[in-house]
Amino acid sequence: MVTGSVTPYRSGQRDGRDGFAQLLHSEWTKFHTVRGWMLGMAAAALMLVLVALLAGISSDQRGAPAVPTGPGGEPVTDNFYFVHQPLTGDGSITVSVSGLDSSVPEGLGELRPGVVPWAKAGLIVKESTREGSPYAAIMVTGSHGVRMQDGYLNDRAGPVSAAAVRWLRLERSGDAITGYASADGKDWTRVGTVHLELGPTAQGGLFVASPQSVEGMGTTASVSTATFGDLRLQGGWTGRNWAGEQVGGESPSFAGYPPPAAGSFTRSSGTFTVTGAGDIAPAVRYSLPTAGTLGNILTGTFAGLIAVVVVAALFITTEYRKKLILVTLTASPKRGRVLLAKAIVLGAVTFVAGLAGAVVAIQLGERLARSNGVYLFPVTSSTELRVALGTAALLAAASVLALSVGAIFRTSAGAVTTVIAAIVLPYLLVANPFMPADAARLLTRVTPAAAFAVQQTLVQYPQVENPYTPYNDYYPLAPWAGLAVLAGYAVASLAIAAVVLRRRDA
Amino acid sequence: MSAAEIVVDGLHKRYGTTKALDGMSFTVQPGRVTGFLGPNGAGKSTTMRVILGLDAVDAGTALIEGKPYHRLRQPLSHVGSLLDAAALHPNRTARNHLLWLAHSQGLTARRVDQVIEQVGLTSAARRKAGGYSLGMRQRLGIGAALLGDPPIIMLDEPFNGMDPEGIIWMRGFLRSLAAEGRAVLVSSHLMSEVQDTADQLVVAGRGKVIADLSMADLISAASGNRVNLRTPARQAAMTVLAQAGAKVVATGPDSVTVSGLSPDRIVMLLNENAVPFSEVSAHRATLEDAYLELTRDAVEFRAAAPTEASW
Repeated sequence: MVTGSVTPYRSGQRDGRDGFAQLLHSEWTKFHTVRGWMLGMAAAALMLVLVALLAGISSDQRGAPAVPTGPGGEPVTDNFYFVHQPLTGDGSITVSVSGLDSSVPEGLGELRPGVVPWAKAGLIVKESTREGSPYAAIMVTGSHGVRMQDGYLNDRAGPVSAAAVRWLRLERSGDAITGYASADGKDWTRVGTVHLELGPTAQGGLFVASPQSVEGMGTTASVSTATFGDLRLQGGWTGRNWAGEQVGGESPSFAGYPPPAAGSFTRSSGTFTVTGAGDIAPAVRYSLPTAGTLGNILTGTFAGLIAVVVVAALFITTEYRKKLILVTLTASPKRGRVLLAKAIVLGAVTFVAGLAGAVVAIQLGERLARSNGVYLFPVTSSTELRVALGTAALLAAASVLALSVGAIFRTSAGAVTTVIAAIVLPYLLVANPFMPADAARLLTRVTPAAAFAVQQTLVQYPQVENPYTPYNDYYPLAPWAGLAVLAGYAVASLAIAAVVLRRRDA
Repeated sequence: MSAAEIVVDGLHKRYGTTKALDGMSFTVQPGRVTGFLGPNGAGKSTTMRVILGLDAVDAGTALIEGKPYHRLRQPLSHVGSLLDAAALHPNRTARNHLLWLAHSQGLTARRVDQVIEQVGLTSAARRKAGGYSLGMRQRLGIGAALLGDPPIIMLDEPFNGMDPEGIIWMRGFLRSLAAEGRAVLVSSHLMSEVQDTADQLVVAGRGKVIADLSMADLISAASGNRVNLRTPARQAAMTVLAQAGAKVVATGPDSVTVSGLSPDRIVMLLNENAVPFSEVSAHRATLEDAYLELTRDAVEFRAAAPTEASW
C-alpha cells in the first residue's frame, strides 16, 4: 500500500465565489455565447419595428378630412341637428320634450323603430357651430334619463323621470351654465353647473343627436326625432328666426343618416319637431374606424413573441437535449437558484430587446402614420412610456413562462407549442371579428393573452355605446392588471418548474 | 493513512423493479487512481451521478470530504467531474463553454486559458465545440473537471472514443494528477484501459461492489505471482531458477513461466549466473481473466436484463 505517506492535494488557487451574482454571470455568459439566441432576441425586436414600418407604409390617408378635436385636444364626435340662434351675454331657455323616437335601418332604404339608448334631445349652448367647440347641454336620452353633459367627456345624471313629458332648462350667467330638469314645469331640480368660456355671443337652442347603435358585433347608423314645446327664452337672445343646421355633416366621425332619413326641423304653433343623427361625445373606435392606436403600431409584438418563446424554451431544453444540465447542476447544485438565475437573465435580456424594439417601433410608426395622414388616437407621454415598458414586460414575462414550461417538459417542441397555444392562440382568436364578445372578453381576462391589455390606449366611456371588445382594442382588464395575469402564469409555472427540477433526477 | 476523499456507503436505488444500486459501498483515497470497473449496467454511472448529487437514492449516503455534494461551497474546487463528453452546446466555443463554468464559481478567464493549455486545446479553443472529435471533447471535459483545481477528479469512461495517442496522454495525465495527491476515480468497463493506470480497483456488478483491492493484490492473485521469461538459454535459466526454489514451466523454445519468485529476484539471479535473457514480465494475460471471473455473474445478469448502454 502506498497511501500511508500521501498528502491530499490542496489547491494553491485563490478562492473564487459561488454566490447568486456568480450564477447570474454564468447564465449570462451561457446566453450571449450562443449566437443564435442573441440573433433570436434581435429578431424579436426587429419584428416589432418591421411590422410598425409595414403598417405605416401600407396605410395612406393623405387628404382625408381632419378629425375634429375637443377643447383638450382629444378626438371627438360632434354631429347633431342644431336649431339655433345667437345668445349674447346671459340668458336662459326652457322647453318641454315630449316623445323621442328612434329608428334603425332594416334592409335597404327601410327603417324600423328601434331603441337607441344614448339618443339625445334637449338644449345646448355652444361657442359656435364649429365641430369640437366647447358646449354645455341638458337632454333627455333614449334609456338613460335626463343628463347634463359638457366638454365632450363630462356626463352627469339628472332625475330619471318616467313622465312622458320632461321639462328642461339651460341658464347662462357669466361663465356659469346651469341645467335644470322638471317633470311638470313647476318644480325644478338643478342637475349641474359648469363653467365655460363661450365668448360674448354663443349659439344656443334645440338639438337632436342619434349615435350609432350597437347591433351584434358591429354598429349601425340610427336617426331620432323629438318633439319640443313650451319654448321660453329669457335674456340676450338676439335672433328673430331659428336656423336649422347639421353640425359636422362632413366629418369622418359622422356615419350619416340611414336612408331615407335626413336631418330637419319643422315648427307649427309653438311645437318644434327635430330629426337628427350623430353624437356629441368623445370619439371611440367605431366613430373613428380609420384612426390608429399604439396597439396597432405594435402588432408585431405577437410575431416577436414567437421568437422570444422559441429562444426562451431553447435556453433550458438545449441543456436537457445535450445533457448539459448535468454540468450546470454539478457546478451549481442548488437547482432552484439555477432556475431563478436563468429566469432573471432571460427576462432581463428579453426586456431590453423588447423595450428597444417597442421604442423604435413606436417612434417610427407614429412618424410614418402621421406623414401618411393617418390619425392616431392621442396618448400622453406617460401612456406611451407605459405601452413601451409594458410591451417589454409582456415579452419578458412570456420568456419566463416559456423557460419554466421548457424546464417542466424538457423538450422544446412541447414547450414552444404549449406557450404559443397559451398566449398567441387566444390573441389570434380575439383578433377574429366573428368571435363573440363575451368569449373574447373571457379569453383576454383569464388567459396569458390578457397581457395585451398593456398596449391599449383607448378609453371606454359609459356614455358612449360602442362594441368595447378586444377586437376593437378594448380589453376588459386595466393595462397593468392584464400584464399581471401573464406575470402570474409566469411566476406560477416557474415555481412548479423549481419543484419539479428539485424532485427529479437530473 | 489519510482520510478518504469520497465515501460511498450502502447506496440503494430502484428504477421500477430494476435495482440499479444494491448496497454500493467503497471509498476513494487521495494520491491514487481508483479504477471503477464493471460491465455496463453495473451501476457505475449511477453511482457517480449520486456522488454528484444529480440522482437521488432510496437509501445510503455518498460524501465528499465528509459532506453531501450539495453542501459543498464552490463544488468545482472540491470535485472535478466528467460524466459525458458530449454534454456541450455545439454552437458555443470550447473557451466559452469553460468560461460560463468558470463564472459560476467566480473564477476568471485567466484560469480558463490555463486549463485549455493544460489539456492541449489552445489552438482549437475558439472553435465551436460542435465540430470537435470525441477525443477533443474528452480533453475539453477534462479541462472542465480541472477548472476548480480540485483535490478529487471523477471521470466516467474517459477513454471512450480516444485514439491511441489520446489514451497514452490520458494515462499519463491521470497518473500525474494522482502524483500531486489528488484522488482520481475513473470508471471503465474494460480492464485493459485501467490496468496500467489504476492503483486501486473497485469492481462493481449488479449495483454493488464485487471486489475492492489494490492493483498489486489483483496481479498477484490473478497471475499466481507468475512471471514470463524470454531467454535464448532456456535450459540454464530453468536450472538456476529451480535451484532458487521456483517452479519453472517451459512454454516455448525460448520462453518459460516462473512461479514463486518476484521479477526483481529473477533478474538478480539470472545476472549473478550470467544467464542471458531478453524479457522478464509479470504474467499479464490472466489479469483480464481474473476480472472476467470476478464479473461473470454480473455479465450474465446484464445479458438477461440490459439496463444501461454507454458503449
